[in-house]
Amino acid sequence: MSEPLVFHFDIDGEDFISAGQASIQIKKNLRRIGLDPEIIRRVSIAMYEGEINMVIHAKGGEADVKLYEDRIEIILADKGPGIKNIDEAMQEGFSTASDTIRSLGFGAGMGLPNMKRYSDEMEINTEIGVGTTVRMVIKLA
Amino acid sequence: MTVGKLCELSEFEAVCLPEPEREINGVYIGDLLSWVMGRARQDNAWITIMSNINVAAVASLSDVSCVILAEGVTLDDDVASTAAQKGINVISTSFAAYETALLLGSIIQ
Ligand SMILES: Nc1ncnc2c1ncn2[C@@H]1O[C@H](COP(=O)(O)OP(=O)(O)O)[C@@H](O)[C@H]1O
Ligand SMILES: [Mg+2]
Repeated sequence: MSEPLVFHFDIDGEDFISAGQASIQIKKNLRRIGLDPEIIRRVSIAMYEGEINMVIHAKGGEADVKLYEDRIEIILADKGPGIKNIDEAMQEGFSTASDTIRSLGFGAGMGLPNMKRYSDEMEINTEIGVGTTVRMVIKLA
Repeated sequence: MTVGKLCELSEFEAVCLPEPEREINGVYIGDLLSWVMGRARQDNAWITIMSNINVAAVASLSDVSCVILAEGVTLDDDVASTAAQKGINVISTSFAAYETALLLGSIIQ
C-alpha cells in the first residue's frame, strides 16, 4: 500500500469572515490532480463545514487531508469545548451559534448533517473541555 | 442558457462575470449557507440576498454556475474582487427571489 499524499492546514480561529481557505485550497489541489468533479464537490463541502465549525465553535484547529488510491480521509482536530451530546448536534437545525454568526448565514444547524451526507464514513471523537476530532472518509472507487 | 446570455437581459446586471460560458441547469433559492451547500446542485443558479464574503466561498464549493443577488442587493468591492478571482459569476437584479425564479424558469430548458 503506497503512502498517501497529505495536505496539512492550521485553521485560524480568529477570522471567521474569511474562513474556508483550507477547503478552497483543497478543492484547487484536487482539481489539479484531476479527480471527478462530484467527488471534489463532496470533499470540499464536507471539509468546509468542518472547517467552519472549528472556527465558530472551537477557536480554530488543524486539518489534514490524506489522499489514498481508493479514498480521501479528512481529519479535523481542535482543542475547543467539545460537543456535549453528539446525537443532538447531528440533528438538522440544532445549533448553538450566536446571532452574529447567524447573521452571516451560518448557524443553520446543517453542518454536521451535511458532513454526514457528503461523506461515506464519519466518526466524531469529543471530550468536554479537551476538544473534538472529526474523521471523514470519501471513497474514490 | 449560459450565464453570459442571461446577463444580456435587461432585468439582470453583471457584477462580475469571469466564466460567462457556464450553463444554468436549474435554480436554488436560499440564504442559509449550509442549506445551500446541502441542497443546491452543481450548475444551478443560486438566488440569495446574502452578500458577505462567505457567499463567494459557498458558491465556489457548491459549484453553482452563478450567484444572483435579488432585491437590488449589491456586493462590496472587496467581495466582488474575491468572487472574480475565484471564477464566480455574480449577477444582480432588482427583482425579488420569487420573480427571478419565475423568469429563469420560463427561459431555461
Ligand atoms: N468542532 C466543534 N467543537 C465544539 N462544538 C461543535 C463543533 N462542531 C459542532 N459543534 C456543535 O454542534 C452543533 C451543530 O453543528 P452544525 O450541525 O455544524 O451546526 P452549526 O454549526 O450551524 O451550529 C453546533 O452548534 C455546536 O454546538
Ligand atoms: Mg456548522
